[in-house]
Amino acid sequence: MTNSISEIENNDCLFITGSNTTDTHPVLSYFIKQAKRKGAKIIVAEPRKIDLVKHSDVFVQIKPGTNIALYNGMANYIYHNGLADQKYIESRTEGYAEFLTGIIDFTPKKAAKICGCKEEDIIEAAKIFASAKSAGIYYAMGVTQHSNGTNGVKSLCNLGLITGNIGKKNAGINPLRGQNNVQGACDMGGLPNNLTGYQKVFNDEARAKFEKAWDVKIDSTPGIRIPEMIEGMADGSVKFAYVMGENPIVSDPDTNHVKAAFEKVNFLVVQDMFLTETAEYADVVLPASSFAEKEGTFTNTERRVQMVNKAIEPVGNSKPDYMILQELMTVFGYQENKTPSEIMDEIASLTPIYSGINYDRLKIKGLQWPCTDKNHPGTKYLYEEKFTRKKALFSKVEYLESAEVANKEYPVTMTTGRTLYQYHTRTMTDKTKGINTLVKENYIEINSFTATKYNLTDGEMTTVTSRRGSIKVRVKVKEILQDDVCFMPFHFAEGANVLTNTAADQYCGIPELKVCAIKFNA
Amino acid sequence: MIKLIINGNQIEVEENTTVLKAARELGIEIPTFCDDDRLSKQTSCRLCIVEVEGTDKLLTSCNLEVKEGMVVNTESEKVRIALKINLSLIWAGHPNDCMKCGKSGECKLQDYSFEYDVDAEPIYSVRKEAIAKNATNHFFEIDPDKCILCGKCVRICSEQVGVGALGFKNRGQETYVSFGNDNFEDAGCVSCGSCVSVCPTGALLNKTADKYRNWDVDKVRTTCSYCGVGCQMELVVHKGKIVRVDANEEGSNRGLLCVKGKYAFNFINHRDRLTTPLVRKNGKLVEATWEEAYAKINQKYLEFKGESNSFVGFSSARCTNEENYLFQKMFRQVFKTNNIDHCARL
Ligand code: SF4
Ligand code: SF4
Ligand code: SF4
Repeated sequence: MTNSISEIENNDCLFITGSNTTDTHPVLSYFIKQAKRKGAKIIVAEPRKIDLVKHSDVFVQIKPGTNIALYNGMANYIYHNGLADQKYIESRTEGYAEFLTGIIDFTPKKAAKICGCKEEDIIEAAKIFASAKSAGIYYAMGVTQHSNGTNGVKSLCNLGLITGNIGKKNAGINPLRGQNNVQGACDMGGLPNNLTGYQKVFNDEARAKFEKAWDVKIDSTPGIRIPEMIEGMADGSVKFAYVMGENPIVSDPDTNHVKAAFEKVNFLVVQDMFLTETAEYADVVLPASSFAEKEGTFTNTERRVQMVNKAIEPVGNSKPDYMILQELMTVFGYQENKTPSEIMDEIASLTPIYSGINYDRLKIKGLQWPCTDKNHPGTKYLYEEKFTRKKALFSKVEYLESAEVANKEYPVTMTTGRTLYQYHTRTMTDKTKGINTLVKENYIEINSFTATKYNLTDGEMTTVTSRRGSIKVRVKVKEILQDDVCFMPFHFAEGANVLTNTAADQYCGIPELKVCAIKFNA
Repeated sequence: MIKLIINGNQIEVEENTTVLKAARELGIEIPTFCDDDRLSKQTSCRLCIVEVEGTDKLLTSCNLEVKEGMVVNTESEKVRIALKINLSLIWAGHPNDCMKCGKSGECKLQDYSFEYDVDAEPIYSVRKEAIAKNATNHFFEIDPDKCILCGKCVRICSEQVGVGALGFKNRGQETYVSFGNDNFEDAGCVSCGSCVSVCPTGALLNKTADKYRNWDVDKVRTTCSYCGVGCQMELVVHKGKIVRVDANEEGSNRGLLCVKGKYAFNFINHRDRLTTPLVRKNGKLVEATWEEAYAKINQKYLEFKGESNSFVGFSSARCTNEENYLFQKMFRQVFKTNNIDHCARL
C-alpha cells in the first residue's frame, strides 16, 4: 500500500476493485465500513455483488477480466468533463499526452458494453471518485491475476494520477497483500530478478555489495519464475526443487500439469508444518515450526515490519525455518548461525529501505519502510514529496480480452477467490472444527438464471469441465453473479485449480486465475 | 490545556477530555463496564461515578468534561458506598458461578465486587427468569444470565466491525443481548469474536475444550499469520499449548480481529503436525533423523552442484522476513542461481 491502514477511515472516497475485502482482508474492511460511517463515498467494481456492496454508493458489476475497460472508461469521463487535476498532472507526472491517446475515445458507453454494466454506473463512479478531496484505491488479486494483470494495475494507477491521489494523505493506490508476509517475501528478494529491497540482480553496484558481504559471485541474469520452474521440472531440466512453506499442487493453476511436474523432478525437498499435498511428492520432508514457536518479523500490507514472538517450544522435533536453513547452509559448507535479530541486522546492512530497522525498535509498534536510518520514524505514506523516479509515469494501457473467453463449447466464465473462513490451501484453517463446519466443501456459485439455463438446482452435485480438467462439485445458487458467470473458492484440492488457466501475464508471470471458461456436463 | 486535581494530584489535560480519561492519565483506574474509547458513549453502567467538589450529586466521569480548577475525588467514602450499591444491584441478578466460570480471573464484575466488598449472597432478589444460552455460533456462546447490559458487544459489532448482528431484546428486567433472529448466521455474524473480546464478564465466552484458569496462562504478543493486514494479537498459552487468541489494541487493527486470527489457531498444536523429518526410501516417506535428512539433501546438492540452473526454490509468503532472506541467500550464495520465486502472485 502506498498509504496506511490507519488512514482508511479518513478517505473521502474509497474505490474498491478486484477485492472481496470483507472476506480476504476482514479487519481492513471494518475500517472501510467505518469510513462510510464517517461520511465517505464507497465505489465497488467487482464481478460479484460482494458484501461491501451493501455499504457502497455505486456498484459497478463487471464481467470478469474487463476491469481495464472500466478504468479506462472512467478516465475518459474524468478527462472530458474537466475533472482531471491539472496542477498535479503538470507538476508531478509524465506521459500524460501519450496516455490520453489511449483513453480519448474510450467512452463510458464503450466501456459499459465490454464490462456488461450500465454506462450511468461508470459515469457515477468516475464523478464520485474524481470529485473527492482524497480518494483511495484498494485492489487485490481480482486486478492482478489476469493475463494482463500488470496493465490492470497500471490503468488503476492512471486513475490515481489523473485525479492527483497518489502521494497524498488518506488516499493512494493500495494493493492489499493476500498472505501475511507476501510483502516481506518480496522485500527479502524472494524473486528471480530482485535481491533484497528491490535491488536488481542485474545492477552491478547492488550485486557488488552482496558479493562482498557473502564472499561469492552472484549471477547477473534473472532466474526463472514459478511457471517456468514447473515447466523445467516437467521437462527434466530442473533437477533439484526446494519448496518452503508453499503448496503449489493446490495453489497453482492446472493441477494435473503441476502434479506431473512434481512427479518428474529428480529431487524434491519440502519444508512445512504439515504433510501437504505437495509434500507427498517429496524425497525429503523437513518439519517446520509454526509462527507461534519462533521469533521473526512479518511485513504487512502497509509495509509495516512487525514482530513475531515465540510463545511455545517447537512442536515435536520440528525446527523453525530459519534454523533449518542455517543448519543446511552449514552442511553445504557455508557457516551460518545467527539469531533472528542478528539476521535482521544483516538484512538492514544490505537493504536501504530496511536500514533503520532492528528488533529493539520494532518491539514497540513496528516500523513502516522505507526506514533508512536508525532515527528514521518510518514512512506512513509513499511519494509525499517525490516519486521513486522523480515524476510518476502515466501508462497507455489497452484493454485486451482475457486469454480464455467463454465460447459455444465452454459457455460460462469462471472466476475464483478466497472465502472468509478458509485460507489458501486450508493447511492451517482446516484444523479448526468450527471453520470446517462453516465451509465444509468446494462449491460453485451461480445465479438462478444460469442454474435454470443449465438445468441445475441448488445443492446438487454437478461436473464442471474446462480445457484442462474436470471436477465434481456442489452447486450453490446465489443472486450475486451476472448470467453465465460462476465463482469457485480456490481453497480445495481437486477443486478450482484443476480448471484454471496457466496463461500468464507477460510482465510478471502471474497466472490468469481469475478468468477461465467452463461448461457443465449434462 | 486545562488544570484540575484528581485525588489530590494535579494534572493538565487537553480541553474536551473526560474526567475518566484524565484520571487514567494519572494512573487512576475508575471502574467502568460500558466505556471504551473506540465506541460511542452509552453511560449506563454507572460505575464510573466520582465526587466533584461543589456538587452534591455523584457524577459519571465517562461523560464529564474536565473544567479549569475542578477538584475530583474518585475514592471517597460516598463514592465507595454508591459503587457497592450499584454493584450489588448488578450482582443481585447474576448467578453465583465464579467457581466454574471460564471468565473467572479476568472478569471485571468479579474484580470490582472483590474490590468493593460485595457479598456473594445477593441482598436483593431480582433475578430474572433464566434465558437459555445462545450457542448457535461455532466459536462462542452468549449467556444472558451473566450479561450486565453494558452494550459494548452491541456497539463494537455495529460501530467497529460494521456488521450489527447483535442487539438488545425485551425490556426492563427481561432485557438480554442476542443475535437478530437468535441465530448468528441469520444475523450476518462473521464470527470475528470482537464482541467476546470486549465483554467484561463471562456473558460472551469462547467455546473451548481446554480447561485452564486465567491466572495460570502466559500471554505473548505477536502478529497474525494469515492475511496481509498483520493484526496484532496475543497468544494465550497454557502448559505449552495455545488455548486462546486475544486481540491487542496497540496495532493498526485496534483490537479487532477476524475469525481466522481469533479462532483458527488449532493448527498450531494439531496432531497432524509433522514432528520429525521424513525421507523417501523404496518409494515411501519414512521417519528419519535430521542428520539423515540433511545428508540426503547434501548428497543431491553435490550431485547437481555444477549445474546451477537445475536448482529452483519456492520461497514462502508465510515464513518470516529472516527466513525468506536466508532462503534466497542459500540459493544465490550456495546454489549460485537466481531461480527463486514465491506465491506472491497467488
Ligand atoms: S461472569 Fe464474572 S462474576 Fe459472573 S460468574 Fe463469571 S467470573 Fe463470576
Ligand atoms: S462475532 Fe463479530 S460479527 Fe459476530 S456478533 Fe460478535 S462482533 Fe458481531
Ligand atoms: S486477524 Fe484476520 S484480518 Fe487480521 S491479519 Fe489475521 S487474518 Fe488478517
